[in-house]
Amino acid sequence: MSIAVRHPGAADPFLTYIKVCFRIRCEKAERSYWILAMNLYTAPSTKDRKKTEAEKRPAASPPHEPLYEAQKKIFPKEIKGRFRRFKWLVMLITLGIYYLTPWIRWDRGPFAPDQAVLVDLANRRFYFFMIEIWPQEFFFVAGLLVMAGFGLFLVTSAVGRAWCGYACPQTVWVDLFLAVERFVEGDRNARMKLDASPWSVQKLAKRTVKHAAWLLIAIATGGAWIFYFSDAPSLAFDFVTGHAAFVAYSTVAILTATTYVLGGLMREQVCIYMCPWPRIQGAMLDDNSLVVTYNDWRGELRGKSSKNAAVEERTVGDCVDCNACVAVCPMGIDIRDGQQFECITCALCIDACDNVMDKLGRERGLIAYATLNEYQSNMALATDCGRSSIDPNRVRKSDGSFVDQIRHFDWKILLRLRTLLYMGIWSAVGLALLVALLSRDRLEINVLHDRNPQFVLESDGSIRNGYTVRLLNMIPERRTVFLSLQGLPGAEMKIPEISTDYADRVFAIPLDPDKATPLKVFVTLPKKAIFDPREGFNFVLEDRASGETDVYHANFNTPGASK
Amino acid sequence: MADKHIDDISGVETTGHEWDGIRELNNPLPRWWLWTFYATIVWALAYTVVYPAWPMLTSATKGIWGYSSRAELSAELAAAKTAKGDMLQKIAATPVKDILADPQLAKFATAAGAAAFKVNCVQCHGSGAAGGAGYPNLNDDEWLWGGNIEQIHQTISHGIRFQDDAETRTSEMPAFGDILKPDEIKQVAAYVVSLTDKPHNAALVEPGKQLFADNCASCHGQDAKGNREFGAPNLADAIWLKVRGEEQIIAQIRQPKHGVMPAWNARLGDTTVKELAVYIHSLGGGE
Repeated sequence: MSIAVRHPGAADPFLTYIKVCFRIRCEKAERSYWILAMNLYTAPSTKDRKKTEAEKRPAASPPHEPLYEAQKKIFPKEIKGRFRRFKWLVMLITLGIYYLTPWIRWDRGPFAPDQAVLVDLANRRFYFFMIEIWPQEFFFVAGLLVMAGFGLFLVTSAVGRAWCGYACPQTVWVDLFLAVERFVEGDRNARMKLDASPWSVQKLAKRTVKHAAWLLIAIATGGAWIFYFSDAPSLAFDFVTGHAAFVAYSTVAILTATTYVLGGLMREQVCIYMCPWPRIQGAMLDDNSLVVTYNDWRGELRGKSSKNAAVEERTVGDCVDCNACVAVCPMGIDIRDGQQFECITCALCIDACDNVMDKLGRERGLIAYATLNEYQSNMALATDCGRSSIDPNRVRKSDGSFVDQIRHFDWKILLRLRTLLYMGIWSAVGLALLVALLSRDRLEINVLHDRNPQFVLESDGSIRNGYTVRLLNMIPERRTVFLSLQGLPGAEMKIPEISTDYADRVFAIPLDPDKATPLKVFVTLPKKAIFDPREGFNFVLEDRASGETDVYHANFNTPGASK
Repeated sequence: MADKHIDDISGVETTGHEWDGIRELNNPLPRWWLWTFYATIVWALAYTVVYPAWPMLTSATKGIWGYSSRAELSAELAAAKTAKGDMLQKIAATPVKDILADPQLAKFATAAGAAAFKVNCVQCHGSGAAGGAGYPNLNDDEWLWGGNIEQIHQTISHGIRFQDDAETRTSEMPAFGDILKPDEIKQVAAYVVSLTDKPHNAALVEPGKQLFADNCASCHGQDAKGNREFGAPNLADAIWLKVRGEEQIIAQIRQPKHGVMPAWNARLGDTTVKELAVYIHSLGGGE
């Protein structure tokens, strides 16, 4: 048996693809020097380095490198800043929604559950506040998924991988787990020291507390999930007292395991190796999408401060090589290597860099959200269209401020054809769903004609057809409805469930709340009235109190006419 | 694989195959994969011990759990029977007429009767109970021997002209080919046809009416509407069980055919017969 393996030294096919794409695009536009400029000042990645080393080695003594890359330990440093605050806020909202939603009550009267959001699988009902969905209305959920898809396209084309950076459950829970880790074990340096230190009572205690806290969060996460499928308070009681269904315990166990393993142990590995979404989002970015960018046109050359140096002799850029951006990165990458598929655009490196720039008294935005277009324009300026290496003097006036040709983010770029198109589709689907929701029936009739026999000849020569009629009362209230015949003059109905001998063209029928009521209905057409019943007739169902009606067009079969 | 080929970069042996310059590394399997593979082998062996598996000369090993799909089926059937036990007992204890008065019982009996009907009755009466020539349609409102629940129950229990059952219902229409002349039979037939507004020969009807009163009315009634005491069909309605048209009526008068329905009580038991009666009664013609 054998397994095909990519050489460790080979370039990542995804990166190669991106580079090829860039090159093709630039040659088309006769601006390939920008790409040259970009590559000149991108620090070689570890992978590239390995490759060169491997090439240097003589073929006769092949190196024995491991074929699989082990997980690198990452110790993200705590950071304060506006993006960090935004992330805390998003975490608060998303986790709040997730954990608390099942506990919101919503009074629907005595015939329906009072839980605001409930997926009642046993009774095949889905409750969402004032909306109740029956299985045949599941297209609403499908429509919401379509909206979620287009919403992601919209967000990605406008502001890049914002989903990855802020709202993805993986990101949110990892953030939470990291906060716990930081609380128990300390910040970056303390954690690195602890990790490197030999096992001791203190280390064991800290690790135990951390994993116990993680497990508790994981259990709470799995536990919250099951409350969406059953009445939360009673399920919580049953769960604790050991009376809940086995599936409740197994679901909690599985979700606890996945939360603990994915959020606590695997972390960035999930984003890099398991999730297809980064690749898809990467392909959806275009030149005008916002991505977290290291602006090397003002950062290079890296070096210690030139604050006191004469302005004319400026030889280094704004980057002081403090590594703050690397230290805070939860993905363990260096944003200064350029755009990388590992980057989830959480923007914490922006906070880190802004803090440093503030301290140095320099303008913020050395690392910033920027579009590829802006970046390339500024880069061309700094490198004299690729003819030289980055010269900090080209982008600055003599007083140290940036020259006017420097492009900054223009919010109007968000309103381009692509985003407007996504917005339009997203709104259209939303609008269609809303219209469908507001105009949907809460009283329905479905009719099934008897298959065998198609008709029955009665002794007086009249013809009888049998139907199975289902009356759907889709509100949690009792009501009396009227079922009547429209068309087929002379015909009468008999409904054995109501009366075995009474025949009429209209019947009052009591319906149970939130139930489908099946009825056997016999329709008899007198001999005299049989001329051409092929056009059929209508069953009309009406709730005279609410004015709701539903009509079902049914066939009436006779010996002479069959359909 | 005579010539071993070692990959330059990884130092790993290749499989020796080459496709357009690409060689496949022959790496050892991942350990977790290998252990999973061994685990499946252990699982498979344990499975053959626990469950019936190894073929022997006359049968197979029974397995230490003694499992068999037949035992499982019979256990499930027994469980289903137990689950239905209450309702079945109730049906057995309730007179058939009172079953209809209890909606829950009637619903159960109708469903059970429908199942029993599909096994025992569809061969003659059809899957929709619409019958055929000589086999009554059970949906309509014409009943030879009566259409209320008790009469239906009686008919199913003891059958029609079923000689093995002492309580069976019996009647026999004489062969009028031996009694009436061919012309007279034609006249009677013309009269019978005229009862249902069909095209008929008016000249034959008047003598036919007299002949009917003399020979047929004793069973079929003066108005030809039949008599359920004798299972004599109503000749004045739209429903014809055995015959279509004058020719066949003549043949039936001359040499009548008689249907036989088996008695089902002995075969199915009274509970099932009650269920069948409720089901038949629910088809739309029940009285």
